Amino acid sequence: MTKMEATRDGYGQALLELADNEKIVVLEADLGKSTKSLHFRKAHPERTVSCGIGEQNMLLVAAGMAASGYIPFASTFAIFTERAFEQMRNGVARPNLPVHLCGSHGGTHTGTDGSSAQSIEDLAIYRTLPNVTVIHPSDSVSTRVLTKQLAASSSPSYMRTARNKTPVLYDDVGEDIIQIGKGIELQNGSDVAIIACGVLVSEALKAADLLAIEGIHATVIDMHTIKPLDTKLIDVVSERCGSLVTAEDHSIIGGLGGAVAEHLSTTSGTPLERVGVNDRFGESGQAHEMLELMGLNAAHIALAAKKSISRK
Amino acid sequence: MTTADELREVARKCRVHIVDMVYRAQAGHPGGSLSEIDLLTALYKTQLNIRPSEPKWEDRDRFILSKGHASPGMYAILAEMGFISVEDLESYRVLGGICQGHVDMKWCPGVDFSAGSLGMGLSFGMGTAIAARLDGSDRQTYVMLGDGEIQEGSVWEAAMASAHHELGNLNVILDRNRIQNDDFCETQMRMFDIPAKWKAFGWNVMEIDGHSMESIVEGLEFLAQSNDGPSIIIAQTVKGKGISYMEDNPSFHGAAPNEEQYAQAMKELGVSA
Ligand SMILES: Cc1ncc(C[n+]2csc(CCOP(=O)(O)OP(=O)(O)O)c2C)c(N)n1
Ligand SMILES: [Mg+2]
Repeated sequence: MTKMEATRDGYGQALLELADNEKIVVLEADLGKSTKSLHFRKAHPERTVSCGIGEQNMLLVAAGMAASGYIPFASTFAIFTERAFEQMRNGVARPNLPVHLCGSHGGTHTGTDGSSAQSIEDLAIYRTLPNVTVIHPSDSVSTRVLTKQLAASSSPSYMRTARNKTPVLYDDVGEDIIQIGKGIELQNGSDVAIIACGVLVSEALKAADLLAIEGIHATVIDMHTIKPLDTKLIDVVSERCGSLVTAEDHSIIGGLGGAVAEHLSTTSGTPLERVGVNDRFGESGQAHEMLELMGLNAAHIALAAKKSISRK
Repeated sequence: MTTADELREVARKCRVHIVDMVYRAQAGHPGGSLSEIDLLTALYKTQLNIRPSEPKWEDRDRFILSKGHASPGMYAILAEMGFISVEDLESYRVLGGICQGHVDMKWCPGVDFSAGSLGMGLSFGMGTAIAARLDGSDRQTYVMLGDGEIQEGSVWEAAMASAHHELGNLNVILDRNRIQNDDFCETQMRMFDIPAKWKAFGWNVMEIDGHSMESIVEGLEFLAQSNDGPSIIIAQTVKGKGISYMEDNPSFHGAAPNEEQYAQAMKELGVSA
């Protein structure tokens, strides 16, 4: 049986493990039980700042603390980080302060709360900000490892985690393969490369299995860091496979697919199919229903792969 | 006129709908639905000038559930009013259903605001109130806010602006149930003297008991009669009201009862098995 865990649990675990560093502080906006910062709050209440339901204030309090030598981790739902976008832009990114913003419950995968809670534009908007690292890990282990790496960075970041459980992919691999800015090649094939992030990485692996039945060999990449993008790896797999697919639980506009398309447009021009939310809002549904409705699951990724191959 | 006893009976039926919806979906927000439901019942039954058979009637009063997670409460009263059917309630949080997780004006008849992000409804209500004034219409706007919700700064931008524009047709009902998502408001963010804050922002303020129909009706009368500027009734409520184990319990902000708890809730609401 595949072990299942939610990436937000990896985040909560990392905060606890980071706590030995006295400069680590946690900020909450009444969603600590959900984002999983509550474990840190319970262990270190004196280093946890409750900001009430006030995300805009939270971001700038974090900025002030970062400017005073602290390493703030602030979290809320991905969607509600967005109302503090300008605070992130002008108050955090512009002065390049190491504030680490985590948005949990990202994507349509978050489920029955419905469209108001399903952030499908967060990766796109934060990616436009200079200095900001943008990360969307695929499993709880990589979330824990990447969160801990962020604490050592002197620049701000945005990380999206997911509400629901997904397969644990990095349980028995050396953690040193998980590095900010380095895509991870999970499977090596020469017909098509599927570049995925977040909850769709495990769907991409399933898609590769579906393709294998038809004799199509797919490379699968976990592109957990959207910015800075691992363009070296993209060049390598473009060269090897000659066709690409991106897969993300995010709008097809501006996220991982957008980033890869931008890179290809000035380099190889390798055929690319983008699997993502097709410029629409979500609705209430279970996680697996949403992936089907939005055209994001393994079957859709496999279809996109064949289309991309046909364009070679 | 609907009597207080009749109102209490409608509210009881709504409580049954609320628990049914959340139990069936095994998700959703019972606490804030149960705290608001006496207020919603009296508002819909005694005040709102609306037409269930014509939900988009232009000159209807507007009701904006800004704390949109408490949607089961709103769907329940919409069903009791005839905007939607009792069967529609089964679509709560179900793919394609009109009863979306958070109330949404694109999906459900009788819903005038797409909610889900806290702190947005009062600004929207200010917009519908100004529009009514420009139209020369007497229609009223009512906005329901949560007490955790008023921690959002945007609420106070709207509060200040509504008083500045002397919006006598704008009315707020505050569900003061003293609990938010993670914990009690007192732990998460103390708000000190809430009535004094609204008064200082230029609002007409009255405090009521949000579970006494007599007190609620008096409060709604106060809103109807205060026309010189925006007005608010601050309703003291109990989160989870009516279900013993949910009352005053932060765990039932956003959690569904299990089978045993469901049976107990139905018993407490006078539903025979
Ligand atoms: C902008 C925003 N931040 C956070 C949330 C997540 N959230 C949903 S309900 C809730 C608590 C609301 O408390 P309150 O307003 O008191 O509502 P009630 O007690 O009536 O349920 C929170 C933090 C949200 N929906 N919107
Ligand atoms: Mg409350």
